[in-house]
Amino acid sequence: MTARRLVYYAGIAMICAWILVPIWLIAVGAIGGRQGVFLWPKSLWPREFSFAAVELFLRIEGVGKALWNSVLAAALTMVLSVALGAPAGYALARFAFRGQNAYRLLILLTRAFPIAILALPLTVSFIRWGLYDTVFGVALVHTALALPFAALVSSSLFAGIPRELEEAAWVFGCTRLQAFAKIVLPLALPGIAATAIFAFVISWNEVFAASVLTVRERTLTAYLLTVLSESPLHFRFAGGLVLILPSVVFIFAVRRYLFAMWGIANR
Amino acid sequence: MRANAVLPYVLIAPSVLFLAAFFLYPLAQTVALSLSDADGFTFAHYARMAGDLNFKDALVNTFLLVAVVVPLQLIAALGMAQMLTKLRKGRDLVLWVWTIPLGVSDLAAGLVWLALLTDRGYLNSALFALGLIDAPTGWLSYETPVTLFFAIVLAEIWRATAIVLVILVAGLGLVPKEYDEAAQIFGATPWQRFTKITLPLLKPSIQTALTLRTVLAFEVFAVVFALGGTSFPVLVGEAYIWQFQNQNYAVASAYAVLVMAISLGATVFYLRVLRTPPEARG
Repeated sequence: MTARRLVYYAGIAMICAWILVPIWLIAVGAIGGRQGVFLWPKSLWPREFSFAAVELFLRIEGVGKALWNSVLAAALTMVLSVALGAPAGYALARFAFRGQNAYRLLILLTRAFPIAILALPLTVSFIRWGLYDTVFGVALVHTALALPFAALVSSSLFAGIPRELEEAAWVFGCTRLQAFAKIVLPLALPGIAATAIFAFVISWNEVFAASVLTVRERTLTAYLLTVLSESPLHFRFAGGLVLILPSVVFIFAVRRYLFAMWGIANR
Repeated sequence: MRANAVLPYVLIAPSVLFLAAFFLYPLAQTVALSLSDADGFTFAHYARMAGDLNFKDALVNTFLLVAVVVPLQLIAALGMAQMLTKLRKGRDLVLWVWTIPLGVSDLAAGLVWLALLTDRGYLNSALFALGLIDAPTGWLSYETPVTLFFAIVLAEIWRATAIVLVILVAGLGLVPKEYDEAAQIFGATPWQRFTKITLPLLKPSIQTALTLRTVLAFEVFAVVFALGGTSFPVLVGEAYIWQFQNQNYAVASAYAVLVMAISLGATVFYLRVLRTPPEARG
């Protein structure tokens, strides 16, 4: 019994290490000072703690702007996908209407296609519409990635709120909109916030569409991808660390909702 | 009451219009772009794609990656999900750690593994300390395609197993405990319970996870670029190169159509093979 238990906990600890150690090591690579990168053989602890490399990285021409563009694109994606997806989710949860199944099919269909690749033909139209090489254009494609997810998840969120609560509000004289704003929305808000954060992460991490659709207005991922081959190692490690840290924090923030979201988005 | 007939359509209209503009339209446009030139309909772009030096490598490499990575991820995620069900204390913490890679982009994951596997990286330092090598050795160049391939597999498993895990754990939460308890009373071994009870009941979640993961795996690109640059051609990487370096949108679109066709084929495959009959649905 105890031996089995020991093996079991050792297994759990090993998987934790498998995930955490690589992140720790890239952090050492990024903050271990410039010599640390060329140090051979490497030590598992940083020689010196200095954020010089990360600071240097953030000062490099273009990095600050790329970082800002990434935040902007992700924020736009977040707003757009919730603004478009949540109403659709409410309709799916509360109404039986013709075309409902067709709509669900459309949403599911987006899963069968690698959407980021659709950025390729969009370059042509985006140039025509003046959206090429803009943060807004990137955010539009990222919204196409995050919107189906937002619609499905918010539909399950709304379905989880008893219809009776809303009906009671109508009986007491609320209009449909009032009942929604005062009863349903406050209950659904934490879940919707989690959905929004997930949309943010989707955009923050997306590489292909962002690289294809921008030249000067790079997002951080697109910027890193293009300078990858000619940049020194500590620069790449600093870039990797800057990419990872916000997402880790965000996943921590939405961890309670992660499973509820996917459990129902499954169906 | 009339308002209620119109309201759902008003609510879904914005998202339908959006998906029409940024999903269905570019979808049609990709196909059109890849099949036409100044003179009209043509297969020339596909011929050019298939005749390209890197095409066969890219196709084989991509399929090989998917064939190795996706099954390993499913097995790993199933094992991890089973481990979690037995965990009582600290489950939330372990879950959080195991789902951290969910927020890590493929580019960042590639960079993380670059830090480990580069010439003067941690792997080589460890091998040096063990006396297995005496100088920095390269693993990630075009001269070492096998180790480069395994480096990419490692990075992909590290990064993207979390999404499979999340879907499976969520699915396990929906499986009623009674079946498993009943099987236990009738003396089924843990392995029998896993294969005869858990797996069949988990089939819808497995289907979702495999579909999602496979489609994304065929899109593999940034991990590969971060680790090996262009020494390991993959389909989406080729599309990127044709679009950017060669400025040939038509051939890039041909690649995109190919990747989409493969993804769609994989989805249909999973829908058929892992179909749950309606009467078996909970």
